[in-house]
Amino acid sequence: MQEQGGERDGRMTDAGLNDAAGTPAGAAALQVGAFTLASRLVVGTGKYASYAEMARCLEASGTDCVTVAVRRERLLNAAGENILDHLDLSRYTLLPNTAGCFSATDAVRVARLGRELLRDLGNAGSEWVKLEVLGDQKTLLPDPVGTLEATEQLVADGFSVLVYTSDDPIVARRLKDLGAASVMPAGSPIGSGQGVLNANNLSICLEYLKDGDPDYPVIVDAGVGTASDVAAAMELGVDGVLLNTAIAHAADPLRMARAMRAACDAGRDAFLAGRIPRKRYATASSPETDRITPAALSPN
Amino acid sequence: MTEHDAPSNDEIMVFVNGAEKRLPAGGTAHDLLTAVGLAGRPVAVEVNEVVVPRAALGERILEDQDRLEIVTLVGGG
Repeated sequence: MQEQGGERDGRMTDAGLNDAAGTPAGAAALQVGAFTLASRLVVGTGKYASYAEMARCLEASGTDCVTVAVRRERLLNAAGENILDHLDLSRYTLLPNTAGCFSATDAVRVARLGRELLRDLGNAGSEWVKLEVLGDQKTLLPDPVGTLEATEQLVADGFSVLVYTSDDPIVARRLKDLGAASVMPAGSPIGSGQGVLNANNLSICLEYLKDGDPDYPVIVDAGVGTASDVAAAMELGVDGVLLNTAIAHAADPLRMARAMRAACDAGRDAFLAGRIPRKRYATASSPETDRITPAALSPN
Repeated sequence: MTEHDAPSNDEIMVFVNGAEKRLPAGGTAHDLLTAVGLAGRPVAVEVNEVVVPRAALGERILEDQDRLEIVTLVGGG
């Protein structure tokens, strides 16, 4: 710590540091509906080179909640490996998604199939769903109308709905009003690795969604490219980050999983710590007083 | 299960994950799962866009032209 002034010293002794300082950011649980997550990272299980690598990366990321997709069973290859052989269900809550659905009707069908699969497994994740209703194949951006329709239907059907949406604050607020358990704005398009493109919109989403309801969970879903993207999102005050490709397609996925975990904790701590305001000009960190007498200007 | 052009009286033809499948008339969704080697596997079954809970698969009698989806969990984000 470079700053040394009376005011600074005073603050350090007053502040409730005994609580915060010793507690790593990751230790504070994230509550989403009826679910309590120890980690604020939700990690996808797609695109890994192998299930073994996936399992190692999930462990290194520190997550306790992983997303899965629902797809047709390949009838001709019943002897093939199933992802469930590689996921410790006592450790991870599964969050089934409706990825690949381009209509509210299909998303609702897939959500119900996912619920049936998870009920069979006895996994708590059967009661929730990560809802995606996509607008087109090229951008994979959400279809806002279909997303609103499907949210309404799934909430009525008893689901805890975690809903993928754009960073539009108005749509975000309408999704919450319909009963979504968590609104999950995209930082940038799925798998694009561009991070949070519109921090301003994301901040407004947070302001609207947490107005009078500070614990309402907001999770950035999609767009993360590297660790600093996670930290930046967390510093804005989002409650968690959902990512997949940034780990699975990193040159060294295991190391990136570790980096994501650290970034998530760092970003959360920085948010809770409260950043200094941005200023146009400098503010000295060393005392302004008691400096030695400046030397006479040399003639030039 | 024999393959011929039209189902005989004691056979029906259903669509399983988009592909035609013949089975004896009166067969249940559970019979079909057994026929395709998926009984006991982690799958969920939808018949004509409605999920059939596992406990009800043995009672769900399939009819000619029924459309089934048999799904499982895969990696995804």
